[in-house]
Amino acid sequence: MPKIVIDQLSLFYGQNQVLTDVNLAVHEKEILGVIGPANAGKSSLLRAINRLYEIDYARISGKIRLDGKDIFDIPINDLRRRVGLIFATPVVLPGTILKNMSYGLKLHRKIKKQELNDTVADALQAANLWEEVKDRLHESASTLSGGQQQRLCIARTLAMNPEVIMMDEPCSGLDPISTAKIEATMLELKKTYTFILVTNNTKQAARTADRTAFFLGGELIEVDKTEKIFTKPADARTDDYIRGRFG
Amino acid sequence: MTFRIGPRTSQIIAHIILLLMTIVTVIVLFFIIGYVFKNGFAQLSLEFLTDRTREMGKEGGILPSIIGTLFITVLAIIIATPLGVGSAVYLVEYTRGGLLRKIISFGADCLAGVPSIIFGLFGFIFFVIQLKLGWSILSGSLTLAVMIIPTIIRTSEEAIKAVPQSYREISYSLGGGKLDTILKVVLPTSLPGILTGVILGIGRAIGETAAVIFTAGSSLGMPTSVFSSTRTLAVHFYILAREGISMPKAYGTATVLIIIILFVNLVAYRLMHRFMAKYY
Repeated sequence: MPKIVIDQLSLFYGQNQVLTDVNLAVHEKEILGVIGPANAGKSSLLRAINRLYEIDYARISGKIRLDGKDIFDIPINDLRRRVGLIFATPVVLPGTILKNMSYGLKLHRKIKKQELNDTVADALQAANLWEEVKDRLHESASTLSGGQQQRLCIARTLAMNPEVIMMDEPCSGLDPISTAKIEATMLELKKTYTFILVTNNTKQAARTADRTAFFLGGELIEVDKTEKIFTKPADARTDDYIRGRFG
Repeated sequence: MTFRIGPRTSQIIAHIILLLMTIVTVIVLFFIIGYVFKNGFAQLSLEFLTDRTREMGKEGGILPSIIGTLFITVLAIIIATPLGVGSAVYLVEYTRGGLLRKIISFGADCLAGVPSIIFGLFGFIFFVIQLKLGWSILSGSLTLAVMIIPTIIRTSEEAIKAVPQSYREISYSLGGGKLDTILKVVLPTSLPGILTGVILGIGRAIGETAAVIFTAGSSLGMPTSVFSSTRTLAVHFYILAREGISMPKAYGTATVLIIIILFVNLVAYRLMHRFMAKYY
């Protein structure tokens, strides 16, 4: 059974429809790349899956299932813990690195100090950030570089012990070295987690994704093995996009 | 040939004009404070600060007024801050910026501009007479609270609006609920701005005369409870000066009031900076 099944999903901001009848499955422990030009509905897709669209007063129709269960039947806090979201610009909350790491953990339950420290250390290690910050956990998170901040955001999500990690152009503001670090992290973590990677960088999808979905104007044009999408796509528009003929 | 001022010259002229404006403002400010201090400093003594007021203020000290002022101001802030901040949170986080928010914001702006004597009359009719609270610290505090709530609402509203939406998204995406997000992300982030509003409120309340003279009265006795009538420093100064009881004592009172205001502001800003250093 796929991890996430999306069935006839449409999403509206007021009168403005940004996703139209999307049908898509995300498999367990894969990296699903999502590519497409601006306004393709890529970010909206992610925001639909963890119901973050609700704070923008958008509405959806269709069904989304996580492990076979309708997302509206899962308590919303639980859903958002299980399906983490990493944003395009790393947003660290005001406060120390440790405070950023423990924010989500402390929301869900009482946690003992030792367990908290262990979880934080594990998550930072998994995000390849531990060595760089282990001696400065009590420093302000905003002193970190952009790449480090993005890995902190990933670690912050990992600490929640999620099942799916959605990334919305996680490297758009980063230099090639930071990007490489994040991609390497992702490939390692794939053993444990399911990834949805929205990216404007088609090469990034080609490098990391197992399967790739191409969106255009709010519709899913096609989804297939990454190799196939980048060599013999079924739709001419996909071919045009990855060859840089538009978008 | 037309006369033109070069960009360099116009820069220099603008610089000089703006500098002059600043100098005028600062001179006026320092002149007022300096004048009050010059006339009042000599009055300051341990006796003046710690003695009861005697002979309508001609003799003795101003301890009852110091206590009354602090009492009334603190109580007003304690009443006004939760109400003002709560309203601001509601306006920003729970309404969609619609008509309701516009109406309330507009109302708050209008209220902030209403002369304080109107609040005094309202407080007299409503708190003193209608609610039978009499001339008391409680009536005075409630009136001042009503008067400064609009300021606190508006400054808090701006501070809360300035919290980046991305902070809220992070909180929600980590599984935080609305209340978690407000209490643990929005309010701590906007606290410096909210405190600015509270400090402005303190400033308005502590120096107020018209609103408290009708509601807290002008009794010179030592206040013993929130139901005691009291005479705040500002009111005491006003009565001493207007009725020609004692100009030296009036300036002494004004000096103490100014020092208290400076002290309160310094403490508030220190607290704010300490908080920010810890938090950011």
